[in-house]
Amino acid sequence: MILSQTVRIWSAISFVAALAIAGEVLIAAGMRQLGDLDLIRERSGIPGAIKAVLTDGKFVIGALCMALNFFAMLFALSIAELSLAAPAIASLTYIGNAIAAKLFLNEKVDHRRWLATAFVAVGVVLLAH
Amino acid sequence: MKHALKPSQYAVLIAIMLTASVGDSLLSRGMGQIGAVDLHHLSLLWHALFNPFVDAGIILLIGFFACYTTALSWADLTFVMPATAFGYVVIALMGRFWLHEQMSRSRWAGILLIVCAVGFVAGGPSRTEHADLDLMDAGVGR
Repeated sequence: MILSQTVRIWSAISFVAALAIAGEVLIAAGMRQLGDLDLIRERSGIPGAIKAVLTDGKFVIGALCMALNFFAMLFALSIAELSLAAPAIASLTYIGNAIAAKLFLNEKVDHRRWLATAFVAVGVVLLAH
Repeated sequence: MKHALKPSQYAVLIAIMLTASVGDSLLSRGMGQIGAVDLHHLSLLWHALFNPFVDAGIILLIGFFACYTTALSWADLTFVMPATAFGYVVIALMGRFWLHEQMSRSRWAGILLIVCAVGFVAGGPSRTEHADLDLMDAGVGR
């Protein structure tokens, strides 16, 4: 009984983190493809830059994932305590983002960035206490 | 090329740190005035839209999303990540010096770790070189 409750809570936490990771990686992929937004703004103004972003397929799907993430977070908070769920989700999201950025965005995640990811993951947990 | 950042790009990263944390704090302050919203009291969400703290929070969070999206157009996700984490540090420090909250040792340790993380990443390149993408960038007019 206690075990199944733990599994339920951690499944919810992992699901929320997975949505955040999918959203951020899709948005990053879309923006990388689109190119420097400052240059686009210089050429076609702020409306042009906003249009370029909002008509980008990957960005839109990524933003939808972030919106779903928000509602999934509300659900997760209804079954898990805030002091557990918030830092756990933040921490898992940072670690997952680094792994996904390496795998899917082909970012060069060197030892500096792994170390930074680990520090941030531990740091957000410590901050919650 | 090392992809060194321009001053305006540093400004965007600092805006990411500040807008997310101040926006969240304003939302939390506003929602505290509104009261608990649950499935039976969804109409409270409508009232929340007329709360000045909630409105200011929403505007700052839209600003955050715009800055975040802009940063991802010229920097790696793993480069921008510690900047978003630094927002938690700003929230903690605001709580300490503005609301005079007690800060435990573990919170100070958390702040120290995130500050170090920002330092590690800031010392390296902001973007991974991709031959094909850089060709595309060049085509865009550099």
